[in-house]
Amino acid sequence: MYGTYLRRELAGRKKQTVIVAVGLAIAIAMVIVVNALSAGVRDAQTQALASVYGVGTDLTVTGAPAQRGSDTGQRFDFGAGGGATGSDGSTTLNTSILRASPARGTIDAAGVKTVSSTTGVAAATGALSLTNVTFDGQIAQGGQNGTGQSGAAQPGEGQSGAGQGATGERPRFGGGRFGLNSFTVLGVDPAAGTSVGPLSSVKVSSGRALGAADAGQLVAVADSTYATSKSLSVGGTIDVGGSTVTIVGIVASSSDSADTAANVYLPLDTAQKIAATGDVVSTVYVKAASASDIASVQAALAKALPTATVSSQADLASTVSGSLASAAGLIEGLGTWLSIIVLVVAVLLAVLFTLSGVARRTREFGTLKAIGWSNGRIVRQVAGESLVQGLIGGAAGLALGLVGILVVNLVHPTISGATAAGRFGRGGTGAAGGAPAAGGGAPAAGAGGGFGGGGGGFRGVGASVQDVVLHAPLSVEILIAAVGLAILGGLVAGAIGGWRAARLSPAEALRSAA
Amino acid sequence: MSTIETAPEALYRLTDVTRTYTAKGRTVTALAGVTVEIRAGEFVTIQGPTGGGKSTLLQLLGALDRPSAGSLVLGGTELSTASGRELGRLRAEDIGFVFQGFNLIPTLTARENVAMALVPAAVAAQERAARVDAALAHVGLADRGDHLPGELSGGQQQRVAIARAIVKAPKVLLADEPTGNLDEEMRDEILVLLESLCAEGLTLIVVTHDSAVARRAHRRLRLKNGRVTEV
Repeated sequence: MYGTYLRRELAGRKKQTVIVAVGLAIAIAMVIVVNALSAGVRDAQTQALASVYGVGTDLTVTGAPAQRGSDTGQRFDFGAGGGATGSDGSTTLNTSILRASPARGTIDAAGVKTVSSTTGVAAATGALSLTNVTFDGQIAQGGQNGTGQSGAAQPGEGQSGAGQGATGERPRFGGGRFGLNSFTVLGVDPAAGTSVGPLSSVKVSSGRALGAADAGQLVAVADSTYATSKSLSVGGTIDVGGSTVTIVGIVASSSDSADTAANVYLPLDTAQKIAATGDVVSTVYVKAASASDIASVQAALAKALPTATVSSQADLASTVSGSLASAAGLIEGLGTWLSIIVLVVAVLLAVLFTLSGVARRTREFGTLKAIGWSNGRIVRQVAGESLVQGLIGGAAGLALGLVGILVVNLVHPTISGATAAGRFGRGGTGAAGGAPAAGGGAPAAGAGGGFGGGGGGFRGVGASVQDVVLHAPLSVEILIAAVGLAILGGLVAGAIGGWRAARLSPAEALRSAA
Repeated sequence: MSTIETAPEALYRLTDVTRTYTAKGRTVTALAGVTVEIRAGEFVTIQGPTGGGKSTLLQLLGALDRPSAGSLVLGGTELSTASGRELGRLRAEDIGFVFQGFNLIPTLTARENVAMALVPAAVAAQERAARVDAALAHVGLADRGDHLPGELSGGQQQRVAIARAIVKAPKVLLADEPTGNLDEEMRDEILVLLESLCAEGLTLIVVTHDSAVARRAHRRLRLKNGRVTEV
């Protein structure tokens, strides 16, 4: 009779049952979709970080940033007679420098050793983030100043073109065009293997990876996207800080939608030598012995290296910017709160409808008590009706949530994420040039056209922008939890309604209806 | 007044029963020192003006409420001090109730409404079905078991309510204005049914305004201002 009575009651109150079920369904669907999107965003953030920090990196250790004003800016020095002079008298200048950002801290070899020997550290490897800047320009042959100024040519000064000081006229700057190009370089320990660090998330697409035997050698591997853009290939060479480096391999990110952490990878000691940084690294990548050790290892490293910054994946996740970060904020902030509010409203609705139903059935419950039904039996009846409404809502919500996830995965929106880790700070405004012009002519204007201007703002390793496809993964735990929430909502409504029904005095219930 | 055969023992024994209520700060005395005995197998009617305490007395007799003072014994059980569980057991096993408004559950069929009375006794499904069919047959509705209350006349609905009351073979059947919502013809049908049940040994206590009903009782009690007198 329990089931028959329950079924008949719900069928007799179809509208109310539908309203309660729809409310719960919407709430449950929101919970499922928001949680799935949160998981998808976390996966996307991990993917964005993995391309920079590699798979298996649990912590990163970076040195304390240098003080402001310590950067004097980069300088490109050209000696007298430097460059190549063409038949038209123009001079071509070309040089490149490899440097670390002075604003970015470094960790010396002792620090790296400290990290490796810390309890709980399974593996650690250091990498040096550098930027190679190439100055490339051409100065045209200068003419005479037609203002009639007299004066012999200064001793030691050459002339840049035709026209002698016989008339006493000063040679004038003939104009020039200069450009600055840069690419990122990461010095990595070739003996470290691929269990941790930036190279743990790459695959070799041609040639080979760097190995222990490459230590100290002028060899490099290039990122495949960069190699394609610069027409680099295995066996070719590239100028890194004035040294000619042979490309032995091309690597690509394990993720189809991301680039690797840098444009070019050199053996660490080679990079240190070319950049003249000494035996330092900019980041140590750490893999903990187990996930449960991460927090304790982070604390131990922070204690052992008080001036360094030790960051976990969670800390690094906050560095992800762009629409990925916006999506994360939206889903985890607004989305979570919205689903909580909708769930609360749905449960409230269920409670109110149940209480209303109990009030409407006062005489009915009074009659049942009069014919011998106990309070407990009546409470179970009311609770059962609410529970079934919750189950209906949960089932509908489950279906709706699955459809929502399917839609997201079919649309698979692409969002961009940029990681700010490793980005160099602004390095000062040192103007390029200032070197005497070839042939003793007037010094090239320090701020002439075409100069790149200040030396800051170059992007270092880790500040990569990439597109990530957002998925909404299905989690059985979330589905079970969501249906559980619907059942709980039904039980709460049933318990409150049942309590109200139990409090009815049979005499009063019958009297009130008389 | 018809001659009755007095049963050897009292089913109900009320001694100085009082019931008061507090409403809006005022104390209302529904029953004031009622003392009466009702024997097994009697057909007793309770009459009186509206607000005289009739329904209150019926609810006390039906173990739906407890007296504020005095003693009320039903077949050896003191109802004024019995636990809620004991009162529930009495309602489930020994007392049948019939209401003026029938009080059938509208979403259940006649058969299911009658079966609801056997649920507290945890009767097995097969036995329950047999007893329900017997009760419906007893009230002449064997062929109406699958009808919803809305598909039955007033008289038929009241018969279903009576079937619900007698399906558990109670010791007493309490009826609150059982013919109040029925026309004359249906009233007579119901009365004949109730009398037949009484003739089978069921104690019948009926609250009624209807003198025609009261005239058919073995005893007539009058309740006015909370006090009982025998008519």
